[in-house]
Amino acid sequence: MTLKLLYFAHLREALGTGGEDLAVPAHVTDVRTLRAHLAARGGTWKILEESQNLRTAVNQQMAGQDSLIAAGDEVAFFPPVTGG
Amino acid sequence: MSVSVQSAAFDVAFETAELTKNAHGIGAVASFIGLVRDMHEADGTSSNVTAMTLEHYPGMTEQALEEIVTEAQQRWKLIAVRVIHRYGRLEPGEAIVLVIVASAHRGEAFAACEFIMDFLKTRAPFWKKEESPEGGRWVAARDEDESATARWMDRR
Repeated sequence: MTLKLLYFAHLREALGTGGEDLAVPAHVTDVRTLRAHLAARGGTWKILEESQNLRTAVNQQMAGQDSLIAAGDEVAFFPPVTGG
Repeated sequence: MSVSVQSAAFDVAFETAELTKNAHGIGAVASFIGLVRDMHEADGTSSNVTAMTLEHYPGMTEQALEEIVTEAQQRWKLIAVRVIHRYGRLEPGEAIVLVIVASAHRGEAFAACEFIMDFLKTRAPFWKKEESPEGGRWVAARDEDESATARWMDRR
């Protein structure tokens, strides 16, 4: 399945990209397995698995590690928010 | 309810007048205006922030703000609510955020205004990057903001 991935703020700068469309293998079914899949790229991408302080949104709703992911979903990764 | 995410500056008097126009049941209006400070949070003493850039998540930001306002409307009897949050590059002294709440009596307006700001701080996808003579740095989230949100959870 293909996902739309987005990266914001510090994460966007560290990864050097604001997002991508990515076809993922069948074992990627939730946020946890997606983060592991991306971290397997190595280098800076490891922060997707190692960071304790990373937030995830699935289809623009805050999501947890166990949140399920389906084809066509928009998944965003970002640091804790600092607006206001 | 009206929520805007914009780069342009806002006019508090205009927004207040628009909100209260023809709504004569309104007896109280509480507003909060957040400004850019020149002080870096971590050291708290040096006034060396020359500007900041606010990044946000278009689409989710508007949705998150609308959900926060809806939650406030379920908790208190509100007549009108206006939220404006800016993004882009802002300098010290510039206004970042405006929350205006109108209700029949002041209690609801004060409480809902604070509630909306507390949730906005921890739930709306905005990120600040400060500029200083030493370079750029992303602002870290504050634990105090999480506790401010949490204290509303057990008093519904």
